[in-house]
Amino acid sequence: MAGPRELPTDEVLVQRLRSGDEETFALVLDSWSGGMLRLAMSFVSTRDSAEEAVQDTWLAVIRGIDGFEGRASLKTWVYRILVNTAKARGTKESRTVPFASLLPQEEEGPTVDAERFRAPGERYAGHWVAGQEPRPWDIPEDHVLRGEVREVIAAAIDELPPRLRTVITLRDVAGYGSDEVCALLEISPGNQRVLLHRGRALLRRKLEAYLSGAHDVASGRGHA
Amino acid sequence: MNCAEFVELVTDFLDGVMGEPTELRCLVHLARCEGCETYLDQFRQTVAAAGARSGPSLPASARAQLLRTFRILPRG
Repeated sequence: MAGPRELPTDEVLVQRLRSGDEETFALVLDSWSGGMLRLAMSFVSTRDSAEEAVQDTWLAVIRGIDGFEGRASLKTWVYRILVNTAKARGTKESRTVPFASLLPQEEEGPTVDAERFRAPGERYAGHWVAGQEPRPWDIPEDHVLRGEVREVIAAAIDELPPRLRTVITLRDVAGYGSDEVCALLEISPGNQRVLLHRGRALLRRKLEAYLSGAHDVASGRGHA
Repeated sequence: MNCAEFVELVTDFLDGVMGEPTELRCLVHLARCEGCETYLDQFRQTVAAAGARSGPSLPASARAQLLRTFRILPRG
């Protein structure tokens, strides 16, 4: 067994949902709603609105399951309904920025401060300036996965520009592959990679800042 | 390859989507650059930490409402 979150195959799920098996519905509802809420948050402006988008999505799933054709996975189908629902809400709230057009500030420029590398023309141009290279984090790796550090990363994800947050949420939080993310968001593989890389680089920077001493000062939370 | 180039390729490197020549250049660079090896490692840890994020959940009332809707849906 691969853990408590293991679901039956799509074929089994769909057949049970169609026949009205409530236990199966509760299972997918509980398995996916958390990730869906988080994803919805990147399109709408409030938690309430995100919850409503998720509820509307499940209502559409309940009513539409008979029409599910199995061309994508069930989860992708559900997420696609959510993306469309949340996007429509976001547009009404004037929050959603079209995915196709990247903001220059998100798209351009290096993801690591250029000052940390030797200037062009210098000897070893483009290599880390002495003292500016990343230092191994002074914390056991499993520590990064729990407690305070996880809160830091959660807050950092929330602060990401919306499109970076959406892609990070799908790829790294919900565990989607790049093909699925491209299909869900209707973006090119190149755009997906740029957004993902920039998002991850920003998160790493936040963690680096936090782990390189910020947390020595007054337990670290709540500083500007 | 220099470090400034490498740090922009880390996601492609982790996804395994780069061509063999570029991948090889990354590996050669990594073999002799401790700073970039650390950067790569921190990138991996960052991705893992994002994945370990605990999720919000639907309010109990909304969950109950959806279950009720599912139960009473007429089925043909």
